[in-house]
Amino acid sequence: MTTMESTDKQQHTVSGAEITLDGVSKIYRGQQAPAVDNISLTVPAGEIVMFVGPSGCGKTTTLKMINRLIEPTSGTISIGGENIRAKKVDELRRTIGYVIQGGSLFPHMSVAKNISIVPKLLGWNTSRVKDRVDELLDLVGLDAAKYRDRYPRELSGGQQQRVGVARGLAADPPVILMDEPFGAVDPITRQRLQDELLSIQRELHKTIVCVTHDIDEAIKLGDRVLILQEGAHVAQYDTPEVVLSSPANDFAQDFVGAGSSLKRLSLARIADLELKTPTTAKVGDSTAQVRSRAEANGDGSVIVLDDRNRPLGWPWLRQLTGEKIVQPSGDLINLDSRATLNDALDTMLVSGHGGAVVTGDRDAYLGVIDFKTVTDFIEEMQREAETETKAAPAAGSDEHPASRISIAPTDEELDGGREG
Amino acid sequence: MWDFVVDRREQLLINAWNHAYLVILAVLFATVIAVVLAVVVTRLPKVEPVANAVSAAGLTIPSFALIGLLLPVTGLGDVTALVAVTFYAVLPILRNAIVGLQGVEPGLVESARGMGMSEPMTLLRIKLPLAWPVILSGIRVSLQMSMGVAAIAAYVLGPGLGAWIFQGLTQVGGKNAVNYALSATIGIVLLALILDLALLLVGRLTTSKGVRV
Ligand SMILES: Nc1ncnc2c1ncn2[C@@H]1O[C@H](COP(=O)(O)OP(=O)(O)OP(=O)(O)O)[C@@H](O)[C@H]1O
Ligand SMILES: [Mg+2]
Repeated sequence: MTTMESTDKQQHTVSGAEITLDGVSKIYRGQQAPAVDNISLTVPAGEIVMFVGPSGCGKTTTLKMINRLIEPTSGTISIGGENIRAKKVDELRRTIGYVIQGGSLFPHMSVAKNISIVPKLLGWNTSRVKDRVDELLDLVGLDAAKYRDRYPRELSGGQQQRVGVARGLAADPPVILMDEPFGAVDPITRQRLQDELLSIQRELHKTIVCVTHDIDEAIKLGDRVLILQEGAHVAQYDTPEVVLSSPANDFAQDFVGAGSSLKRLSLARIADLELKTPTTAKVGDSTAQVRSRAEANGDGSVIVLDDRNRPLGWPWLRQLTGEKIVQPSGDLINLDSRATLNDALDTMLVSGHGGAVVTGDRDAYLGVIDFKTVTDFIEEMQREAETETKAAPAAGSDEHPASRISIAPTDEELDGGREG
Repeated sequence: MWDFVVDRREQLLINAWNHAYLVILAVLFATVIAVVLAVVVTRLPKVEPVANAVSAAGLTIPSFALIGLLLPVTGLGDVTALVAVTFYAVLPILRNAIVGLQGVEPGLVESARGMGMSEPMTLLRIKLPLAWPVILSGIRVSLQMSMGVAAIAAYVLGPGLGAWIFQGLTQVGGKNAVNYALSATIGIVLLALILDLALLLVGRLTTSKGVRV
């Protein structure tokens, strides 16, 4: 399905490094069966690889062997062609970002201190560290002046997680390991954090290995998805498109699970769709002028942007009082352009405008995606799927029409998209 | 009694000062010893129940008995007093230090190691600061307890207010017996309050705002 290919995977300079695992096994002391049994794997430089699989299948163990928090019983691991045992262990770890669930921030250190740990270990000077902290907070969408001196307990769960990501990125490591990084936050926050990660990755092109137990998250974030079964045996290792359309075996099929045709919705990114461009206003603009511009465009509402082009709010015209446009109250939920159509529908359902504001790098405003665009796109996908079905009969059928998007076509309607 | 105190105020102040000095020194030593022991103990899971038993049982050793045991080794005097007070002072701190270090979330330690902090660095910069509030409350208990132990330690001619208490006891029925015992006891109580306040202040200054309760 070429329409599902993201259009924004441009060529950037890749700052990541390739990771290879060669015949790696781990047998924990006192256990018979290996937790990880002879896994060989290449994680290409600059890509996000998602490890997914049932609980206890060895995801975390495999991940932690990469930064030597766990030593393999046998096999070799290299990063950028160099065996990870060649360096001193602490030096190795300073070149690998490590982000775990909840952010795992040190509660007795301020946000700035937490982020600056590795740069300081590497001997950066004070002013460079300070600049880096501010840059990173900005990158993860937190106002540096407001948050740098706070303590972790003064942050929300989502903010803590953002700081955790910033800390992982602090010394600009080529490789970042994440273990269920977004497991501890609510679904809306999780979606935002995922979007932000994609946006950051679009800028930085690190090699990211990320463990999750959520196949949807794996499909959304991964350039590749690694499905593991008991003992870290590879069930399938491929792009999300292939994983969804042709599961390699029964295990992968079961794991990808019911509604996989529908899951392909989450392969389509907002970036694949056309955005609307309603009237925008900057904070400080004259209200009268903004109002007349909106009326000329036939818009009932305007999108207010800050001086760095980031959307602040989406007030109706009648809410615009006063001479100048001010910062609207309330929190605007926007979508990253790499967000999936699933996310778009979720966000729209709570927005009240029948649409959602879309942002790109560093939260810069791109446009608005509306309900009709999405439903039209789904219909088109459906037609495409039908023609494909006629060309090549479906390999199987999903019996579970249940889905989390009530307005989307049912599984039966969509099914058959799987290439036979 | 007022006249009694006024007449002997210089001696009283010297005694109080000595008493405080003995206690502070003992608690300082005890803190260092207890923290070092706790670090060792928490790294050797097998030793830990032993350490807990010892620190509980240790408190039941009567101080006179301990002093009796120490006398042949360290003789009469300041050193014996210091050793005895330090011995008792270690126990509550040790217990709290073990609890505090064990209470540090394993995920945080793993994060620290995963970021490339060495083991000693993790101890100094993560584990101890996080365990510090718990250790500190152990130090407070220890300080209060040591005030009393130090009074008994005066029996071995150590410094402090305890000397007057014993003087009072040996002169029971004498003219100033009650005055001696009472003024020293009140002095100890006052001193305990002052030192506790001072420790609270030290605690505030040494505990990160992020973990303060
Ligand atoms: N320190 C350990 N000692 C002994 N066995 C362990 C240890 N850590 C993990 N295991 C075992 O190894 C296997 C793989 O564990 P691992 O933590 O890698 O699983 P996982 O895929 O990350 O699971 P989850 O999704 O629940 O986090 C499990 O059977 C687990 O019980
Ligand atoms: Mg795990």
